[in-house]
Amino acid sequence: MTKLTSQTGLSRRDLLKGAASTAIAAGSTTLGAPMLWAQNIKDVTLRQFGTGVSNLNDVANKVKEDLGFTLEMTALDTDSVTQRAATQPNSFDIADIEYFICKKVWAAGNMQAMDTSKIANYDKIAGTFRSGLLTPTSTIAQGTAPHTVGFTSGPNGTDFVQEESGWMTLIPTIYNADTLGIRPDLIGRPINNWSELLNPEFKGKASILDISSIGIMDMAMVVESMGEYTYPDKGNMTKEEIDLTLGIFTEAKKNGQFRAFWKSFDESVNLMASGEVVIQSMWSPAITAVKSQGVPCVYQPLEEGYRSWGGGLGISAALSGLELEAAYEYINWYLSGWVGGYLMRQGYYSAVPETSKEFMTADEWGFWYEGKAAKGDILSPTGDKLAGAGEVRDGGAFLDRMGSVVCWNSVMDENQYMVRKWNEFIAA
Amino acid sequence: MKKLLENRNVTGWLMVSPLAAVLLVFLVMPIILIIIVSFWRATEFSIIPAFEWDNYAFLFGSPVTYTVFLNTFKYAFITWAFTLVIGFTVAYYLTFHIRSQTWQIALFLLCTIPFWTSNIIRMISWIPFLGRNGIANSTLMSWGVLDEPVEWLLFSDFAVILAFVHLYTLFMVVPIFNTMMRIDRSLIEAARDAGASGVQILWNVIIPLTKPGIMIGTIFVVTLVMGDFITVRFMSGSQSANVGRLISNDIALLQYPSASATAIVLLATVLITIGILLRFVDIRKEL
Repeated sequence: MTKLTSQTGLSRRDLLKGAASTAIAAGSTTLGAPMLWAQNIKDVTLRQFGTGVSNLNDVANKVKEDLGFTLEMTALDTDSVTQRAATQPNSFDIADIEYFICKKVWAAGNMQAMDTSKIANYDKIAGTFRSGLLTPTSTIAQGTAPHTVGFTSGPNGTDFVQEESGWMTLIPTIYNADTLGIRPDLIGRPINNWSELLNPEFKGKASILDISSIGIMDMAMVVESMGEYTYPDKGNMTKEEIDLTLGIFTEAKKNGQFRAFWKSFDESVNLMASGEVVIQSMWSPAITAVKSQGVPCVYQPLEEGYRSWGGGLGISAALSGLELEAAYEYINWYLSGWVGGYLMRQGYYSAVPETSKEFMTADEWGFWYEGKAAKGDILSPTGDKLAGAGEVRDGGAFLDRMGSVVCWNSVMDENQYMVRKWNEFIAA
Repeated sequence: MKKLLENRNVTGWLMVSPLAAVLLVFLVMPIILIIIVSFWRATEFSIIPAFEWDNYAFLFGSPVTYTVFLNTFKYAFITWAFTLVIGFTVAYYLTFHIRSQTWQIALFLLCTIPFWTSNIIRMISWIPFLGRNGIANSTLMSWGVLDEPVEWLLFSDFAVILAFVHLYTLFMVVPIFNTMMRIDRSLIEAARDAGASGVQILWNVIIPLTKPGIMIGTIFVVTLVMGDFITVRFMSGSQSANVGRLISNDIALLQYPSASATAIVLLATVLITIGILLRFVDIRKEL
């Protein structure tokens, strides 16, 4: 092979592709248990980007150890992730993105559909990502629910289909239910409703996140909770509804309700830990980060329910040959439990809980998933103590939390209008 | 060939061409591109070449644009006023009160020490200092000056301007110091011999002679403040906006054409501002 290269001037990449296609032909007979071509795979480097949530160096190290190839990770904020997925298809191989981002960027054709028959644990993926139903009797929440943008019509589809077509846009990996974070020590009374975010009691001590697709949903939760308006569909507002929602918040902003807005995870942690803010939109690991500084912080379950989000791995349209096979191998490995266990111990839910369970202790599983009181210390994947014996997770068990989801992060039909109005809200 | 090179016109062109080429490729071309894109149409995930005035229409049709431009000018003006007073005083002290040149250089270098760390770090370090439970508030409270923490120290216009003044005063000090050092001392002696008081010397001799320095400093500060977005975002806690933030928000939301249109309007505004400033002083003549 080396000789061939020098003679014909073929690039190494071309060769790999050739080798891979031969191998695929050979391997297709034993499909279901994809075997890899031990020598070549070591040369593969997959470039993954996504939000800081799951772009963890520990994962890259484990990939090198278990699968032998190199995974390069880039963590960006939500807007930059969207930007890159939409505009720079050649800058990534694996996109670790949220479903609402998928809705924005899928039509651009920069990503390719994935064959679910090559996903070994496909049958174990949680119902939320397939039929949309958490349990056979649950109702589907408003907004961009993952299953609505999770499938496409075929290998080259740029549309979304509502049934399990066998071609997935993203392979789901992670999801969670979000709510408001509070400082119980500084508030000193129970908080039970989303409307508390605009309660004048917290004037100058509230915050909301400055990411439009997520922030507008938090706003809608607040507006409904205040009794100002009930949306037919929070996830797909009309122009009038957008004006109404942002109008209420612009007024609150002008009255000095907000201390600041945050855009990145660490900003929300600092705002909360320093006591600048006592109630705000927050993400689960941010709560953990505040707590690990010794500052009391609660991810407060609220009567109206949760706003939820889900993320998954998509692959670049440019990927083919050996690299494509490596990507599938990586995704199969991702769902096989180690990463899932890691993410679960950070407070997220793995899209394939069954396999993750094997990588968690019974106590951890009981605490994070079943909502049971911890028997011993609960440690984060990096070894920080998150809870002691007897403590229970905020919001309780998986079914209680995910069962109370009332909306998903969304991209609306009037998204462009919303974005402009959001920009005005921030500038107002 | 040799004859050609001896031709003064040709050598002149040759000498100027590297700079011209660099400016053409890295300055003129990008600006032309931005102008072109500002007329395009954007959908959520793509931008479509077109020629329409929609972006400008939306920009000029939104009351927020005017507020934001006004805000940008407000920041620029207040920052300018503070940096000018501080910068002038520092330069004056260095030039006329420090006698030995060694000390002048030493103290001048001292002024540049903050620039050894990054802009953003210097800005962010204000946040824990000014916060509700920050050093400023707790110190004032322990002295008994305050009963409860002041809120407007952080995430306010005060914080934004404080950071701007802190970041950009040196850009005022350097050019003013430079022109002041070149004032002929005999002019001051002559003024004093003619019976002028200290204030009169300052007003009638020193200030007119440092005008070019002041103007260069002004251009630095005004353009830096008008083009900034990150200081405003961090120090106001994302609550205030200037034009730079408008553009960065647009870019974050993939609205490149709209961002381009705003950028063009900002560019025009800054150019007009500098044009007006240059009317007051002919920098070229006085340098």
